[in-house]
Amino acid sequence: MAALDAAPPLLETTGLTRSFGGLTAVRDVDFRLQKGEVRAVIGPNGAGKTTFVSLISGRIAPSAGRVLFEGEDVTALPAFRRVRLGIAYTFQITSIYANLSAEENVALAAHQPGRGGSIAYLERVGLAGRAGQIAGTLSYGHQRLLEVAMGLALRPKLLILDEPTQGLSDAEIEGFIGLVRDVARDATVLLIEHNMPVVMALAHRITVLDRGSILAEGSPAEIRANPAVQSAYLGSG
Amino acid sequence: MSGKAVLLHAGVIAALFLLQFVASDYAVLMLTRIMVLAIYAMGYNILFGYTGLLSLGHAMFFAAGLYAAALGVTRLGLGVPEAFAVAILTGIAVSLLIGLIALRASGVAFMIVTLMFAQAAFLTVLYFGEYTRGDEGIVIPDTLRAFSFMGIEADLTNPVLRYNLALAFLAAAIALCLAVVRSRIGHVLVAIRENESRTAMLGYDVARYKLIAFVLSGSFAAFAGACYALMFAYAGSSLASIQYSIHPLLWTLLGGAATVLGPVLGTALMFFLVDFASGFTTASLLFVGVALILLVLFFPKGILGTLRQRVMPWLP
Repeated sequence: MAALDAAPPLLETTGLTRSFGGLTAVRDVDFRLQKGEVRAVIGPNGAGKTTFVSLISGRIAPSAGRVLFEGEDVTALPAFRRVRLGIAYTFQITSIYANLSAEENVALAAHQPGRGGSIAYLERVGLAGRAGQIAGTLSYGHQRLLEVAMGLALRPKLLILDEPTQGLSDAEIEGFIGLVRDVARDATVLLIEHNMPVVMALAHRITVLDRGSILAEGSPAEIRANPAVQSAYLGSG
Repeated sequence: MSGKAVLLHAGVIAALFLLQFVASDYAVLMLTRIMVLAIYAMGYNILFGYTGLLSLGHAMFFAAGLYAAALGVTRLGLGVPEAFAVAILTGIAVSLLIGLIALRASGVAFMIVTLMFAQAAFLTVLYFGEYTRGDEGIVIPDTLRAFSFMGIEADLTNPVLRYNLALAFLAAAIALCLAVVRSRIGHVLVAIRENESRTAMLGYDVARYKLIAFVLSGSFAAFAGACYALMFAYAGSSLASIQYSIHPLLWTLLGGAATVLGPVLGTALMFFLVDFASGFTTASLLFVGVALILLVLFFPKGILGTLRQRVMPWLP
């Protein structure tokens, strides 16, 4: 364990804070994520999970604190530059190019717009047969998968998945868990998720956010055993 | 690019070439004007149709080219080719400067900012009436429109030469537009139009791409402005007015936004519609208005946009 802790983290935040007017959505968060990890961030609605990952991806600027990626301070970099460094973000609310084909969606993510070569990513999520279909006409579950394929096409070092299973059927969730395990073989995954079975099946470690601060952090077993977390977020079962 | 698309665009250019042998003198003049203004509309379409940015101020870029060319030949003693070059450079400089400022806004704010800059430009033209001759305009003497280029003697008072020069410019504009649309830049511009925040989160520098579209668009406008001044020997403030900012928007909507040939078709149809209507009424603009309302109600994608949707999916 000592050796693992000594390795420089892929992602680190120190004192990360973001206020919206009088509301502090994220408060003084110190967070470390090791390369190769699958980390879940859980917490009740309004805990600041989406704000937290938005600060990491650069979609919003912090009020205070720093974000380090591979040891480099990226706090001042705009989102598109962080994407190029390897931080990919998939949106909570599906954000695809609804009027373009599935293939062009992924080709744009692969920075090869207008050209082929993106089929491999569609194959990986099981959408190769629908490459030519206009993305907006795909079923909701398929749109979520397309979103993940776009994330993969960015070949990220860190893939941030914001509530990826929201709105998916049980069967689709099964497939999704397998997909994330596959992705985690060559990327670090930061997963925001409400669905506890998904979290327990995937996460190596779990961070619990509550009212903008880290309440607890540990392995799934530790989090499950934590009385405060148990009563507040996992229910009495 | 599909063979059909190449054939169609080449066919349109060939048809315009052949038209001069059957058209009346009046029609040749009108077609020359249409081709010049179609270049303006095609540039507008790069920003509006492909990138999804609605500018209400493109008259300032058209006027930048118009006055750069007119003042260049009348005041600075430039020849016609040099005047074209100066006009393009002026267009690039003006659109780069305005773009850097206006693109900080988006949506309705962008429309207002471009409109305000264009109004300021229009008032500037009137303010410097001593040089621009304001409403009255600059009339370029015939002697200044004769030039030699690469050993060829030419004179822009000759309607046949003028027609074929305008056609050559239009063909070049179509080719350039096709190249842009098919390029990586063109695809990213469409991506920005379809979902700007997503495009940024895929690692594209959205601000830079929008500026590229803005400058390309403004440069097309300035070039068309220079053509207008030098071919029709006139540069007046009415060509810098709000009407000339609205015209390319209407032409593009009519022909089909985000199609390469749409603005060309739209410009031509609008000219013929006005020409036809003014044959029997002074209220020709009423026809234009009714045509546009019908268009927006029933064919919001314009003529070529609707055709692409229904029967010609390969249309660039």
